[in-house]
Amino acid sequence: MQSIAENDLGTPARTSVTQVTLQIDGCDISVPAGTSVMRAAALADLKIPKLCATDQLEAFGSCRLCLVQIEGVKGFPASCTTPVAQGMKVTTQNDALAKLRRGVMELYISDHPLDCLTCPANGHCELQDMAGAVGLREVRYGYEGANHLDAPKDESNPYFTFDASKCIVCSRCVRACDEQQGTLALTIAGRGFDSVVAASQGESFMDSECVSCGACVQACPTATLSEKSLIDQGQAEHSVVTTCAYCGVGCSFRAEMRGEQLIRMVPNKDGHANHGHSCVKGRFAIGYATHPDRITKPMIRATIAEPWREVSWEEAIAYAASQLRRIQAKYGRDSIGGITSSRCSNEETYLVQKLVRAGFGNNNVDTCARVCHSPTGYGLKQTLGESAGTQTFDSVMAADVIMVIGANPTDAHPVFASQMKRRLREGAQLIVADPRRIDLVRTPHIEAAHHLQLRPGTNVALINSLAHVVVSEELVKQDYVRERCDLESFEKWRRFVALEGNSPEAMESVTGVPAATVRSAARLYATAGNGAIYYGLGVTEHSQGSTMVMGIANLAMATGNVGRVGVGVNPLRGQNNVQGSCDMGSFPHEFPGYRHVSDDATRARFEEQWQVKLLAEPGLRIPNMFEAALDGEFKGLYIQGEDIAQSDPNTQHVTAALTAMECIIVQDLFLNESAKFAHVFLPGSSFLEKDGTFTNAERRISPVRKVMRSKSGYADWEITQLLANALGLKMNYSHPREIMDEIAALTPTFQGVSYEKLDQLGSIQWPCNEQNPDGTPTMHVDTFVRGKGKFLVTEYVPTSEKVNTRYPLILTTGRILSQYNVGAQTRRTENVMWHDEDQLEIHPHDAEERGVKEGDWVGVQSRAGETVLRAQVTARVQPGVVYTTFHFPESGANVITTENSDWATNCPEYKVTAVQVTRVTQPSAWQQRYQEFDKKQQSLVPTG
Amino acid sequence: MSAEGRASEGRGAERLVQMANDISHFFAAEPQRADAIAGIASHIQRYWDPRMRRQILAHLEAGGEGLDELARAAVGGLPKPAARP
Repeated sequence: MQSIAENDLGTPARTSVTQVTLQIDGCDISVPAGTSVMRAAALADLKIPKLCATDQLEAFGSCRLCLVQIEGVKGFPASCTTPVAQGMKVTTQNDALAKLRRGVMELYISDHPLDCLTCPANGHCELQDMAGAVGLREVRYGYEGANHLDAPKDESNPYFTFDASKCIVCSRCVRACDEQQGTLALTIAGRGFDSVVAASQGESFMDSECVSCGACVQACPTATLSEKSLIDQGQAEHSVVTTCAYCGVGCSFRAEMRGEQLIRMVPNKDGHANHGHSCVKGRFAIGYATHPDRITKPMIRATIAEPWREVSWEEAIAYAASQLRRIQAKYGRDSIGGITSSRCSNEETYLVQKLVRAGFGNNNVDTCARVCHSPTGYGLKQTLGESAGTQTFDSVMAADVIMVIGANPTDAHPVFASQMKRRLREGAQLIVADPRRIDLVRTPHIEAAHHLQLRPGTNVALINSLAHVVVSEELVKQDYVRERCDLESFEKWRRFVALEGNSPEAMESVTGVPAATVRSAARLYATAGNGAIYYGLGVTEHSQGSTMVMGIANLAMATGNVGRVGVGVNPLRGQNNVQGSCDMGSFPHEFPGYRHVSDDATRARFEEQWQVKLLAEPGLRIPNMFEAALDGEFKGLYIQGEDIAQSDPNTQHVTAALTAMECIIVQDLFLNESAKFAHVFLPGSSFLEKDGTFTNAERRISPVRKVMRSKSGYADWEITQLLANALGLKMNYSHPREIMDEIAALTPTFQGVSYEKLDQLGSIQWPCNEQNPDGTPTMHVDTFVRGKGKFLVTEYVPTSEKVNTRYPLILTTGRILSQYNVGAQTRRTENVMWHDEDQLEIHPHDAEERGVKEGDWVGVQSRAGETVLRAQVTARVQPGVVYTTFHFPESGANVITTENSDWATNCPEYKVTAVQVTRVTQPSAWQQRYQEFDKKQQSLVPTG
Repeated sequence: MSAEGRASEGRGAERLVQMANDISHFFAAEPQRADAIAGIASHIQRYWDPRMRRQILAHLEAGGEGLDELARAAVGGLPKPAARP
């Protein structure tokens, strides 16, 4: 069922600059060439009946309900498949058309249950609407003949049902799966009367290739595909546009509500990042927001061995403030710090960093981007001049060759992956650089031209050898470089990459990628036209993460692939507001807008606004906080919406550091792993319970809107404000719009951003300022932000994390579609039906050598620790490499990862850990201790 | 030292030496030695908090064990951060 709030124009918009004027029912209408007659009529508010048509899908012309008459044209063409023509005269309503349409509807209704009053789509069923629209009064064929009324219902999917008895075989679901999602899991099986929608080879939806994105559910004009929440709770009565709180795509949704009850999430057709599409997480995995595990009352305790005590907000805040001040008095001003959240809003992260800088009096503030995309910020700032991606997501539709490096978009950024797949099906070529055979390498109607299956840890060797080919085969865009780049740096870089040691042949033994493949890939990227690079944590989470980001930027500049639509350097950000949390000054060395704390003019501006003296020295990064804690010098930490005990590497090191602190304040929805080491718990609010903004991977600032009251009583920004005031830092914001106004006043790239403008435009891509009042879709268009693009020499330095006879395999980590990050949200939804434990992927050769079979428990030992996972034997990983996800705390994936980190940013090297794998029969010692500790901590939380 | 033992205590200068060396490995590609040293020093100055800089300076004063040649030269040129209350 479509959104209750959206108007469907029948067929997609066309963008031709040529206008065509026609007459429909006597009205003159001008539309872009290529527009269908149906859409042209709808734009003039002339409604042509339709069933198989929707503006989210290309016209299909099967239902025969949208027939019209066109002067000079024989018969009754379908208006959905007929493009407009200059001077065309169309009639949409007359007796002949009415008779035809009634005849069509009679046939549909003769094989459709007449249970409208109890149907979940009642009132929003398009079949019902069309019966009314065509004036259907009788069905001459009766209902007794052959029919599908007893067709079985498929309820296997946890979020939606497929009731075949209500299906009119309009193919909208099949086309949505093909065109929007690109999974092609659905088909019409059988012929004629026997035609039915089938998932994969006639399997249940749950057992099929369906990825549960819900596009089919939204496309369905009847109740055949319906959300279970809609069936159980009834229909919504209003909707509110908001932004998804899962990945960095930042999909716009309509939260369809009944009062304060969320009925369903429907992707917003007007959403600039997602254009009406969604994934299983954003559309369906929302149950966590009302999960009974939510803690909604503040709690305090003196030590982590004691039970939590529920207290009033006043007492909790006063206790937290007094502890922080006590610690500072005893151990010094720098002995406390804060961590902002990439899941919270811009306004909330801004307030936390303000609290730390102005209230704590130091710069000990960091964010979870430390462990994901901090090298992106560093590397792109150094080369291009701005710590952000260069494009819109839509830019991919103009790419001729797409290079995906260390990213798995179909799992981690599924809605963008669908858009990318659309472009690939249109003919763009694909290069994948990944140690693992991700789905994108070969998926329906898509096959990568080159899969550069490199060894983990050799990214820089690979990018240098790609660059070597570009330079040595004279594929550099000389004019572009000469005009736009710093020539001295280019020449230094050119000489470096031209060295024989960087050739694909020389690097083959390092990367494991055949030299001929590297050469072909480099030629393709450099010569195919618009070359676009998309990358993820497989680039950044390395000891040379920043070097690799710079290497990517070097390659893009050398080939002229920055500064226009269809090209660019595009980091795929992991969490919903990673970009925003970085923009908002969450790093210890910089203020909002990526300005270093040592910059006197910037600091003076903030001092003037905040009326407090600020430090010119950088503060501690998260891993530095741990070291300082273990040295006895860092004793207090305020953590907003981040779970460092699960997400950060070398768990035992992290938990030892947390244990060494005297006051940890956790602000979260749940008692997460870090909260088990905390002394103050401040219950946070879900994204449904507050106003604010998120900024996605394309720098798009999108509104988050409150649709229900906070279950804890306060939005997260209010909690920070309470704590600030208790510490003597006066904050008096009455709404997040006032915080955004302050951000805009202090941050040049946000200068023109306001809630009013967001309401008006829907979303804004920063920079938004006097020069670009509506935002900046493509960056570095005429010149780089830093002036001339700077090339940097990126020498390959092997990681110190080496394999040897004791640890002969390399472990690398990643994500899966159904789970999100540390799983705190998705583990508390039905998404566990797809993935209820982290498993270890191991190549059949490595498994055989170790006597490991599918499903065996295996111990994974590294230099940092040991854990036990279930083995999944698969050739998706290459020999010598094993892989796991990190969504479940009991898996202990980060017990084995080490503290090796990126040289520039200390982003952990999650992607390379030397391990051994052996068959075992019981959990690891750490897991056994974890289970006991977890059980104990859970028992300390008040019940009822 | 076992992994668990290593996890349970701070490693003071040991970790900072590794970090300084990692930085120096990047800048070692600079053709001019002076540029490499300046790059390392600037990076440490801009991104390390004063406590860390004091620690690495103290380590250098104590002999600088483990610091590679470029890192040693860069750390040697760092100004001493002012003490904080």
